Amino acid sequence: MRGDVLREVVDAQRTGRDVVVATRLSDGAQELIARGARSAVLGLDGDSVAAALGTGDPRTVETADGPVFLRPYVRPPRLIIVGAVHIAQALVPMATIAGLQVTVLDPREGFATADRFPGAALVREWPDQVMYGLRPDDRTGVVALTHDPKIDDPALIAALESDAFYIGALGSRKTQAARRERLGGLGFDGAALERIHGPVGLPIGARTPEEIAVAVLAQVIGALRLG
Amino acid sequence: MDQSNSRHTNADPVLAQAVEWVDEGRRVALATVTRTWGSAPRRAGSHMAIAANGDFAGSVSGGCIEGAVIQAALGVIESGEPRTLEFGVTNEMAWEVGLACGGRVHLFVEPVVGAAVVETPVQQAR
Repeated sequence: MRGDVLREVVDAQRTGRDVVVATRLSDGAQELIARGARSAVLGLDGDSVAAALGTGDPRTVETADGPVFLRPYVRPPRLIIVGAVHIAQALVPMATIAGLQVTVLDPREGFATADRFPGAALVREWPDQVMYGLRPDDRTGVVALTHDPKIDDPALIAALESDAFYIGALGSRKTQAARRERLGGLGFDGAALERIHGPVGLPIGARTPEEIAVAVLAQVIGALRLG
Repeated sequence: MDQSNSRHTNADPVLAQAVEWVDEGRRVALATVTRTWGSAPRRAGSHMAIAANGDFAGSVSGGCIEGAVIQAALGVIESGEPRTLEFGVTNEMAWEVGLACGGRVHLFVEPVVGAAVVETPVQQAR
């Protein structure tokens, strides 16, 4: 890799920018392409660059001058967990192992503590105060686990107003129906509310908090990989 | 290590290691998995950095081809020319080396070139 390209990739990763390194395999000719920029050297079409950035998966594309390897370097997907509850205690380490960058958000005294969540990124604030600062994007999932509309709803509203790739909310069908009514009253239409996965998690008959965490994580990964 | 709640993350440790070696004045090659077939253990895009003395970081397989990749990388450092490598692992062989995958991988091995340029950080230039 060209030394300047290598430095630029490392710098992009440290500052949270997404880039693609395109390398022509026949001669090593190389180009670094930032998200939204055009290929100026190797003449790649914007679609293949965008596809590599979108999935985060490398690919080889054919050009008139031979195959070119596209290696995207994208931010790791994030998971914002609202509610430092028992399920979250299982979900945080599982999601972290799976490669998600996890943030736990809970304003309540005694919930989001380092004792309960060793090593986790914890935010002890109300979601309406911090969700917009966390800026959920298309590489972010949001799951609300408190059962308390005062905490869950503002987080879900911020998620619905973002491009979050996954939105989930704990609660029975009855709870979900009541939530739909509340959020619908705020102007979210049916298509928007369909984005909320609830009851949360894949239907695997999960019973314990740990099993529910597995179901939620599987659903998050499915949304990330399959759309 | 950055333990803050920042959304920014650390760089790929293999690439960061490559930069560190370059900054120490060492010659470096980078091997990258470009394609895999079957159940190869490391996905396309996986990196291994190799220094001229044989030090390496990262992996491109479950351990069965790293030795051969290091040899090829030392040649690339000497010649300054990139090359592609292909490894097919038979099931029988794979069993012997403890990797029952039977997968196939393509790699691109390139020198880290033009690396002597050390940028002065803005804050130090003032």
